[in-house]
Amino acid sequence: MDQQASSADSAQDRTSIERRGDRELVVTRTFDAPPSIVYRAWSQAELFRRWWMPKSVSGVSLISCDMDVRTGGKYRLEFGAGGSETMAFYGKYLEVVPNERIVWTNDEGEEGAVTTVTFEGQGGKTLLTFHEVYPSREALEEALQGSAAALPEQLEQLDELLSSIGG
Amino acid sequence: MVQYVNPPLDLSFAALSDATRRGIIDQLGRGDASITSLADKFQMTLTGMKKHVQILERAGLVVTQKVGRVRSCKLGKRGLEAEAAWIEAHRKLFEARFDALDEIISEMRQEESDGSASQQCR
Repeated sequence: MDQQASSADSAQDRTSIERRGDRELVVTRTFDAPPSIVYRAWSQAELFRRWWMPKSVSGVSLISCDMDVRTGGKYRLEFGAGGSETMAFYGKYLEVVPNERIVWTNDEGEEGAVTTVTFEGQGGKTLLTFHEVYPSREALEEALQGSAAALPEQLEQLDELLSSIGG
Repeated sequence: MVQYVNPPLDLSFAALSDATRRGIIDQLGRGDASITSLADKFQMTLTGMKKHVQILERAGLVVTQKVGRVRSCKLGKRGLEAEAAWIEAHRKLFEARFDALDEIISEMRQEESDGSASQQCR
């Protein structure tokens, strides 16, 4: 049954990211497991904290992760970048349908997005859609810039890019 | 006086070190805009916006052109590249994030197929 094909597939381009309209950001990816498993990896704090903010890319590490994944429940994530400064992300779950969808608010900023993640079964696999809707175009822009600015790798990349076109 | 090195990388970085200026780049990525409308959007004075745009222009991130009484701004080549770099940075984050999730998911599947004896909760 299981097709243990090459797990060495190129990771490239399996994640699609798209800005839709002025206020939305949509990221999709297909996982080789049924929705129940992907949902569990998303909704159990001890699993979630292992993948949400990979240090290799983000440069920050998760210090604490509290999640009460049910409609009306709250979450709070704290990150540190090595120094004494920490960043907290928090909000509440507006809607939780196990194995199907989780909707939550992002309350750390003034104009936070509402994020919806859906898990759609597709013959043993799961199409995951991560969908953020911001209250305004400006809010999306600010979030994009803010998080992009927080990524050291992004600056390195920009550095490379600017040197390559600056010649 | 000010010395402009070639390529003016320092200028690009200084230009992009400011959140408003990054916002302007992002905004212009969606379409050209006049200084007045930018000032409006970012809720700042015309003079303040002119300064930001000048800095971006010097760094080659933005190009401006005066049409009649209106100074219109658009992304310079570098601005376009910077915009693309931002989107790419986000894609990278999600790619890394979901690669990590992928690994955990295969572990979970492994555990499941290893038999129902294993407990997932501690």
